[in-house]
Parts: sequence; C-alpha cells; structure tokens
Amino acid sequence: MDTNKNFLVGIFGDEDVLLQAVPAIRDKGIKIHEVYTPFPVHGLDEVLGYKRTRLPIAAFLFGMTGTSLALIMQLWMMGYDWPMIIGGKNFVSLPPFVPVTFELTVLLAALGMVATFMIVSDMKPYKWPRQYDLRSTDDKHVMAIDLGDNKLSKAEIESILKSSGAQEVNEKNFE
Amino acid sequence: MQVTSAIREPLITGGKTVHDVSEDISRQVEGKPSTLWKMAFGISAVLFAYGFYCVCVLLWEGVGVWGLNKTVGWAWDITNFVWWVGIGHAGTLISAILLLFRQKWRMSINRAAEAMTIFAVICAATFPLAHMGRLWLGFYWALPLPNTFGSLWVNFNSPLLWDVFAISTYFTVSLVFWYIGLIPDFAVIRDRAVRSGHKVRATIYNALSFGWDGAAKTWMRYESVALILAGLSTPLVLSVHTIVSFDFATSIVPGWHTTIFPPYFVAGAIFSGFAMVLTLLLITRKVFKLEDYITIYHIELMNIVIIITGSIVGIAYITEFFIAWYGQVPAEKYAFINRATGPYWWAYWSMMTCNVISPQLFWFKKLRTNIAATFVLSIIVNIGMWFERFVIIVTSIHRDYLPSSWSMFYPTMYDVGEYIFTFGLFFTAFFLFAKFFPVINMAEVKSIVKSSSEKKH
Repeated sequence: MDTNKNFLVGIFGDEDVLLQAVPAIRDKGIKIHEVYTPFPVHGLDEVLGYKRTRLPIAAFLFGMTGTSLALIMQLWMMGYDWPMIIGGKNFVSLPPFVPVTFELTVLLAALGMVATFMIVSDMKPYKWPRQYDLRSTDDKHVMAIDLGDNKLSKAEIESILKSSGAQEVNEKNFE
Repeated sequence: MQVTSAIREPLITGGKTVHDVSEDISRQVEGKPSTLWKMAFGISAVLFAYGFYCVCVLLWEGVGVWGLNKTVGWAWDITNFVWWVGIGHAGTLISAILLLFRQKWRMSINRAAEAMTIFAVICAATFPLAHMGRLWLGFYWALPLPNTFGSLWVNFNSPLLWDVFAISTYFTVSLVFWYIGLIPDFAVIRDRAVRSGHKVRATIYNALSFGWDGAAKTWMRYESVALILAGLSTPLVLSVHTIVSFDFATSIVPGWHTTIFPPYFVAGAIFSGFAMVLTLLLITRKVFKLEDYITIYHIELMNIVIIITGSIVGIAYITEFFIAWYGQVPAEKYAFINRATGPYWWAYWSMMTCNVISPQLFWFKKLRTNIAATFVLSIIVNIGMWFERFVIIVTSIHRDYLPSSWSMFYPTMYDVGEYIFTFGLFFTAFFLFAKFFPVINMAEVKSIVKSSSEKKH
C-alpha cells in the first residue's frame, strides 16, 4: 500500500456532500484509495464498499477465553490444588465464582479487542501516518485517489472531483 | 441521515463551526497555563504534599496511627474507599450507558468525566492497600500468584477478593475506553503542531495518538470498538458497586446484612458521581471558557439524573428502615434505631438532609438551571454521600455484640491526612489532565456540530 507515490487529493468541507460524492465518483470507475475524515461519518464505510469489521467476533472469542480461564483457574485452585474449608462451605460451588468470572470475561474481551484493533489498523506510537492534508484532523474530509491505480487521466479525475463537490483538488507526491 | 427534533435545545451554542471546535479545545493544550490554572494546581500540589507526608508516617508506623480500635476496625479508610469508588461511577456511565442510549449530550462531558473516574479509582485503591499494612505486599497477597506458602491461593469465596478483580478490571477497562477516545484528539493537536512548526510537540502527540490516520476504514473499526467497549462497560459499571456492596451485604453484621445493598449502592454511586462531575465541570468550563460546549442545558440534564438517583437513594433509606421494623429481628431493629437516635445521630441526619432533601430542590427549573445553586448542591450531595458510607460502616459496628466492647471512633490526623492525600492526588491529576489533554472530545463534538449547533444553515 505504501509503495504508491502519486496521489490526487480532493478536499471536501461537508460530510453530506462527501457522502453524495463518493458513490458518484465510484460510478465513474475511479478507484478511491481512502477517505480521511476528522470525525466518524456514518454511512461512509458503506458507500466506500467496505466489508463490516470482524472485531466483534474477536471480542467475543477473547471474552470466552476470559470466561474459561477464570473458571478453570478457580476450580483448580479451590477444588483441586489446595482445597480449604472456609466457613464450612463446599470446596467447589459456582455462585461465588461468578463475580471473578464476569470481571475476567470483560477484561480479556476489552483488552483483546483493543489490541486486535491496534494491530489490524497498524497503530504504533513511533509510526507517522501518511498525511495527504493536515486539515483532515481539523475540519476537512480528504479523499485520496492513487494516480497509479486509475486509468483515467489526472485532468479527468480532477474535473470529476470538482463537479462532485470538492472544494479544492491538490496533487500530493510521496518519495 | 440524522434527524434531530426541532424542540431539542442546541447542545453547542455560539454558532460554532467544526474548525472552531479544534481551535477552542486545542488552545488550552497549546498555550501557556493561565494564572487561574497555576493557582488551582498549586493548591492541589500543597494538599498532595501534606497528604504524602501523612501517608509516609502511616507506612512507617503502621495502621496503628489511625483511630481504629478493636470494635471499629473499619472506619475512614473504607468510608473513603467506597466514596471514591462511587465518584468513579459517573464517567463510564456517561460514556458507556449514554452512548448505548444514543444520548448526544454526553459528548461534551464524557472526556472529563472519564478522567475523573480514573483518578477517583486510583484514590480509592490507596485505602485498601494502606489498610493491608504492608503496601509492598499488597499485590502479592491480593492476586492469585504462586507463593512461598506452598501455593496457598487467595480465597475466591471472599467478596474482598471479588473487589480486587472488580476494581482492577474497572480501572483497566475505563482507562482503555478513555484512551481510545483520546487517540483522534491527540492527532488533532499533532497536526496543528506540524503546521505551526512545533517539532517536539508533534512527535509527543503523534506517539500518544499511535500514529492515528483518520481513514474511513480506521474510523469504522474505531466506532465498532467504542460500541463494544460501551456494551462491555455497561454491566461492568453496575457490577463494580454491586461487588463493593457485597463486602458488607454478605456479612452477618446487623445493618450490613441486607439484600437491598447492591441496587442502592449503585444508585448512590451514580448520584455522587454526577455530583462530582458537576463540581469539576463547573470549574473547568469557567477556567477554560467552555460555556458554549458545556451549556446550561447539559447542566440541567445532569441535575435531572441527580434528582432521579437521589430519589432512589432516599427510597432505599426508607425501605431499609421499614424492613428493619417489619422483619422484627431485634438486632437489626436496634441497629437502625441506634443509627437515627444513637451517638451518631448527627451523621445520620446530615446524610438524610444532604442526600434526600437537598436534591429535591432540583425539581424547580430555576434552581437546576442556576450555576451557583448547582455548584453548592453538588458539593452538599457529596458531603451527604460521604456521611452515608460513614453511617453504614461505623454505626453498624460500633455497637458490638457484647456491650462491654461498645466503642466510638475518633479519627486521628492521619485518618484526615490520608483523605487529604487523595484530594491532593485527585485534583493534581485532574488539573494536569486538563492542561495537557483535550478536555472535550473534539471528534465526537464535531460530528454533531451540524445537526445540533445553534448556527443557522
């Protein structure tokens, strides 16, 4: 992905214009590299044709791991490794194990999902993202179109971007 | 497309644009601290230093410097613990439960409220750790780690151990939730630093933002993570104070042994948490001039939550009393009559006045939209909630089963000192947060500027 070098960058000022523009541009056969927005724009992933994220499945699997680990740990420690009589109660009974099991389920689901998110999105403290336009974290929606990936000429893409509502169109080259 | 009812009041006033949001919120991170901030931070640091001295004496001498005795073995330490944990409930409630209910007014207040949660939970944790006597062994004793006693494990039947798991999970998940929210906002400050040529600041905030790019795909995953974290945190918030209440409810001490404790503690926690959020936000919006983001409407809505939870707490107090009479268990009946008329009557009636009567004043729209009244009442509510925990804990155990062991509790300067320590810690941390981190969630607020701003289109 990072081997691409020459991009045409369309700047949009309004999220509703952007939501109209994306399908219009894609209908013309232009491949959009990515859109960078200052805040989550609902419906943008659908018009860009992204598949739904599978992070909920990861969260569920991590949660189940937490549940099993917590139960196995408590049953083994309290019932097998060192059973102790506490208040004359059974060595193993499930109700007192519920709180710890619940907490570890939540803990592992949350930490596992966030770690997965960081890994799949390639987020690292020492990494600088490619910045097509610095205003993409302020108030502009920035659409990056890879020129090497598209058959249409630069001028054609530029005019399509302009006609679909882009406030400005710039060229951005990465070494 | 979003449809916002025309009768709803705007959540952001002053005709702000998306760019104004970045400008207003980043300004205090980028600029030099104001005199007001320096004064507030200085006072907190002095409290922290005095408290730190008291904590050092406590650790050197042992728990004996507290005013505990054989009968009252739990007093200010556990009162303060429960009080701080309760305060720590509003943040995640606001960001998780209100996110699930799609309440947009959470967006201006969730960042500061979550920060408050995290600092409050840290403050709370200092008390049980100190009460263990040997702080440095705390983790070793409280967690199921292999040990030199032949791997004698921790007792999973004990609510005190459930507390260890509940509080540490709550702290970790709240911290992660808060940090995930901060990531896009750190990127805002990073990009502004790049544009203005501050290289060091850009590098620091880029590292803090984990190289955030703001791509549509990242946002899609991000939103999914936020939603699931909210779903996970919702039962978590409710579980934490439930488990704290188990510390008391699973015992056989009259006055503690009640099934009403879990819901009553959770309502009380939200009540005190919202009160503390109001206290802090009223100061923050003044110091950082955020009146357009934290509006009177936000304050009114929080006050409505205070009426509801305050009334639940009031009903719980009355129910407890009724059941003590209706159940006709002599010890239980005595415990409650002793609460209201015994040597701690003043604590009981302070609690009743502050928690049951004072929030009812918010039925008047004039009062719940008045900043001065809200500020005073928010502090009164937290005084009341402190007394609630003190009343539950001390009045229930100061009359032991044997009248010869009956006793009173008198705090020493070290009981007070550790409480001051947590105040110093809490406010020092909060003011540092407010200076170096964006206090309002810019990304979320930007997403509602168009639909819920005063500005005419």
